[in-house]
Amino acid sequence: MEKEYLIALAGNQNSGKTTLFNRLTGSNQHVGNFPGVTVEKKMGKIKGHADMTLVDLPGIYSLSPYTNEEIVTRDFILKEQPDAIINIVDATNIERNLYLSLQLMELDTPMIIALNMMDEVTASGNSIDVDRLAQSMHLPVIPISASKNDGIAELMRVVKKTALQHAYDHQQEKKHEHHPDFCKGEVHRAIHSIAHIIEDHAQQGCYPVRFAATKLVEGDPIILESLHLHKEDIDIIQHITEAMEHALDTDREAALADMRYTFIEEICRMCVHKHHNTKEQVRSEKIDHWLTHKYFGIPIFIGIMLLIFYLTFNVFGSFFQGWMEEGIALLTAAFSDFLSEIQVSEWLHSLIIDGICAGVGSVLSFLPLIVILFFFLSLLEDSGYMARVAFVMDKALRKIGLSGRSFVPMLIGFGCSVPAIMATRTLSSERDRKMTILLTPFMSCSAKLPIYGMITAAFFPDHTAVVMISVYLLGMLVAVVSGLFLKNTIFKGNPVPFVMELPAYRIPDAKSVLLHMWEKAKDFLRKAFTIIFVASMIIWFLQSFDFRLHLVEDSASSMLASFGTWVSALFTPLGFSDWRASTALVTGITAKESVVSTLSVLTQSSSDAGLTQALQTIFTPLSAYAYLAFTVLYMPCIAAFAATKRELGSMKQALATAAFQTGIAYITAMLIYQIGRVIV
Amino acid sequence: MMTLDKLSPGDSGKICSVGGEGALRRRLLDMGLTPKTRVEVRKVAPMGDPIELYLRGYNLSIRKDDAAKIEIEEV
Repeated sequence: MEKEYLIALAGNQNSGKTTLFNRLTGSNQHVGNFPGVTVEKKMGKIKGHADMTLVDLPGIYSLSPYTNEEIVTRDFILKEQPDAIINIVDATNIERNLYLSLQLMELDTPMIIALNMMDEVTASGNSIDVDRLAQSMHLPVIPISASKNDGIAELMRVVKKTALQHAYDHQQEKKHEHHPDFCKGEVHRAIHSIAHIIEDHAQQGCYPVRFAATKLVEGDPIILESLHLHKEDIDIIQHITEAMEHALDTDREAALADMRYTFIEEICRMCVHKHHNTKEQVRSEKIDHWLTHKYFGIPIFIGIMLLIFYLTFNVFGSFFQGWMEEGIALLTAAFSDFLSEIQVSEWLHSLIIDGICAGVGSVLSFLPLIVILFFFLSLLEDSGYMARVAFVMDKALRKIGLSGRSFVPMLIGFGCSVPAIMATRTLSSERDRKMTILLTPFMSCSAKLPIYGMITAAFFPDHTAVVMISVYLLGMLVAVVSGLFLKNTIFKGNPVPFVMELPAYRIPDAKSVLLHMWEKAKDFLRKAFTIIFVASMIIWFLQSFDFRLHLVEDSASSMLASFGTWVSALFTPLGFSDWRASTALVTGITAKESVVSTLSVLTQSSSDAGLTQALQTIFTPLSAYAYLAFTVLYMPCIAAFAATKRELGSMKQALATAAFQTGIAYITAMLIYQIGRVIV
Repeated sequence: MMTLDKLSPGDSGKICSVGGEGALRRRLLDMGLTPKTRVEVRKVAPMGDPIELYLRGYNLSIRKDDAAKIEIEEV
């Protein structure tokens, strides 16, 4: 069998890493998570090199022990031992990009620097002496432009050569250690003395000695623990480091950061000839004059979001959704006729048509919405505007322990929770991601509108607008209170610091945008045919049979109705103990609109007026409002739940999230009803 | 001592020391806010916080509370 080569792609955020990954792998990608964390891991075979697998590591700036993304990266390289690392470096921002390169070099894996965006450097009359850079770094440096597909073939030629050489050396048990020594003076002394002490332990733990020694000087607790050093050795290391701090009159972390940047500054002085800012940087400054403007910044952001919502939900979305619904209805009807023709039994016919086709079909009709929304979101993300949104809106979300980056997913939540939850993938911190996933469903989604319409028509016909607005505000208020609660309990501890690059605006790469849309569509389809498929069958089963497993004529005698009757007792403190109200909440989990259809079926109302009359016998205005509050807040629909499970990577956490949301809904609705009873 | 949060947009300073601790401090250092680095304050966000910096040829946004931990001398 031929040898398979594993290549890792590492680099800063905004360095064009995703564009390069897409260029190299095409549509040939698998997306998963790194074990144990919700950090995305993309893999794909390199085009034209079927024996090479490329792994896209998270976009990071350093290899510190403080974020999951950084830990995952260094663990991956140390444990999986790729045959080569492609380190993508943004040539227009070379100083800060090389900072990661210096740390990656310590991992003792063959590395190639892909110097991206070289076209922008030369087009602006600047230059980089690539040969000299390669000499100083002791690494191959290949100038490329990922977006224009320049230099990619040459890059792959060098990557292949390096990987083959590495595999050969590995076989011959040859060690290569020829990276430049970029430390000087006191730091140099400390690293080398410590390297001496830990050499055996590092080799046992499969750490490159130099890397482990540097991390110990930096005070990296993870490496310290995993080396299993003797107490005396730890004391000596501590002593050496303190002596270094004393001699340099600074602390260990600053000393090392300073050492790396000093080395980079020297290299840049020799190799980089930057006379003026690049055209893209000049353009960005002009754009930012308006987009982050003191007075216009926020209105422009709101305008952009409204436009996206309008185009997604009203123009393209409803158009394609209508098509999709019609198509699904036609297919279902044809399939139903076919089933009748081959004379399948009544229950099987009902399972396929009323259960699976209806359930999966109703969710599938959302597909166009999701794809279109992600088209716009990719544009926002890839153009660099998302970072500006975070900059402009950060202060608004800081109080609840989140950063401005969570603003967009939450806003999308008002449209539909499913893409909103899927959009949290771009948040760079796992903690923020989890918290945003938990809070986003409190933003009342558009599928709940029919419920509000039904209740307001029956109880508050003269105050429709006020009631509607109050419901939306209630959702937001609960999100804020829950955020404060979570910040001080489950998500206690320091949030990931908000230190964010504002990259130059760039025209999004069409291929990356299309791939992103396709990936989200695939994701959604997978959910529709797995978790939603199963859930539809279960709900159908509960709705169609009674406990003696007889097919029921009237859904009022089904298992679901019995279940609704049992849980209805739970809702007595909330003011609505009628079994039909609670059954509708259960079916509402399949899709929120079902609350309305279930209530009309169960009350046997054939018209809106009939439904209004029936509702007035089930609820009082106060309990109706409590019911509204409950529907806004309780667990989202099954499609959103599936998205939650996918993004959290854990069924247990997804269930806990749903339980939390339902618990909050229960408490809030009860407070509303009980306090209301005292006042009214 | 002068700190980075006190600079107005358009002003520059040279970093003397970076305070704070743990993840935040490390992140500031990693992003290139090391002693002797020249930093310019470019902008303040519409709600008064965070701020936009220019250093080492790129733009970086940090919160005012964190900028207050960075001591500078004016240049």
